[in-house]
Amino acid sequence: MSDMKFSEDHEWIRVEGDIGTVGITDHAQEQLGDVVFVEVPEVGMTAAKDEQVAVVESVKAASEIFAPVSGEIVEGNAVLADAPETVNSDPYGAGWFFKIKLSDPSELEKLMDEDAYKAFAS
Amino acid sequence: MSSDAINKTPLHGLHVELGARMVPFAGYEMPVQFPAGVKTEHLHTRAKAGLFDVSHMGQVRISGTDAAERFEALVTGNITGLAESALRYTLFTNVTGGILDDLMVTNAGDHLFVVVNAACKETDLALMRAGLGDTVEALEDLALIALQGPAAVAVLAELAPGVTGLKFMTSGTFAIEGTDCLVSRCGYTGEDGFEISVPNDKAEALARRLLAHSDVEAIGLGARDSLRLEAGLCLYGHDIDTTTTPIEAGLSWAVPKRRREDGGFPGAEIIRRQAADGTTRRRVGIRPEGRAPAREGTQIADGEGRILGAITSGGFGPSIDGPVAMGYVETEFAEEGTQLNVIVRDKPMPARVEALPFVPPGYKR
Repeated sequence: MSDMKFSEDHEWIRVEGDIGTVGITDHAQEQLGDVVFVEVPEVGMTAAKDEQVAVVESVKAASEIFAPVSGEIVEGNAVLADAPETVNSDPYGAGWFFKIKLSDPSELEKLMDEDAYKAFAS
Repeated sequence: MSSDAINKTPLHGLHVELGARMVPFAGYEMPVQFPAGVKTEHLHTRAKAGLFDVSHMGQVRISGTDAAERFEALVTGNITGLAESALRYTLFTNVTGGILDDLMVTNAGDHLFVVVNAACKETDLALMRAGLGDTVEALEDLALIALQGPAAVAVLAELAPGVTGLKFMTSGTFAIEGTDCLVSRCGYTGEDGFEISVPNDKAEALARRLLAHSDVEAIGLGARDSLRLEAGLCLYGHDIDTTTTPIEAGLSWAVPKRRREDGGFPGAEIIRRQAADGTTRRRVGIRPEGRAPAREGTQIADGEGRILGAITSGGFGPSIDGPVAMGYVETEFAEEGTQLNVIVRDKPMPARVEALPFVPPGYKR
């Protein structure tokens, strides 16, 4: 997880080149409980940092997912439409939400590293 | 029953020990889920047996030989015709025919045994005391444990073999681990099962004894809600309240013929007229066609976008493996199979009116 950055909205982002993969943290999925529905953003959508781009619904409630950085959505995780529970079982792997092409990589510096997030979430 | 301090049931320590996530609910700190999670807890209850702490609910004793006659002045049901040991679902109403609470009444022989919702406990007690005086006694020394699911009868019969003889909506007093408990074959999940009224100081030992059975798991309020929603059962304050009448709520079966004709309860004339002439809106089951849950407050529209009503309970039904909901629609849209839209995050999503319950009941009649 050392290559990941974390937002205060409990999202993680892992960047390779100029593409960031975004999901929700293990802490977030645990708080949500059983995920039953995910709406991922449409490809081509331009998102500003902290803009709402996706929705995750657990048995208990609906929660909004925000873009941790600005950019253009290049892929949504199609697996989640039929298997939303993947968010619970593999939040940092197969349960990713979307990929975003970063328009301002310097925004990553404002996100937390793993240690800072752990302290924030505890 | 102080209203400011948070109350704890006798099983509070056990819930915490089992790893429950505790939340405030109706003045009590209650388990919303255990480590297994809502979905697993829900499916376990449908498959085997779930143990629910419902000690926050109000248990009330009404004594006096004419208790049933006098109680009928407050509720829509046929209480005088209730056979000994039988119990019945009924409704407190107000003068406009609105529902003040839903409750269970048992003819316990020399008294009535009443179970009311936790959130309405204080106002219900005031209502009952105003009507029935000091024959009304809040049974604060009793806890209430529900054991629900197809395995419930076999599990409980190991401690009290006589419970196998109870039919749905009947009750009896059984010695369980040496303590007399009032056991009622009823519940709030759509499954066969029991509610066990047990002294506070014996509740934890009984819960532990039941949980020791491999078929039994502790179940939180989250799964209790999804189970009752799939079973088409109303949640007071959501699906029914003072602005809904029994007829609008599809609970006309809780206002039997004699009570409609003779009245004698608050709002009787309005309810009689609605039963005869119909109402402009009605509670229905609603199945969104996609995967997205339509939650409480979601608006319901026709194909042209005209608002027909709103969802009053909605979420994900683990046994249905999809979203399920209940809500009120204009009566001409209440027929089973009617296509509607639910407006989720400003987008119309196709849904249809479906018969309640969503899952076949497991009651042992």
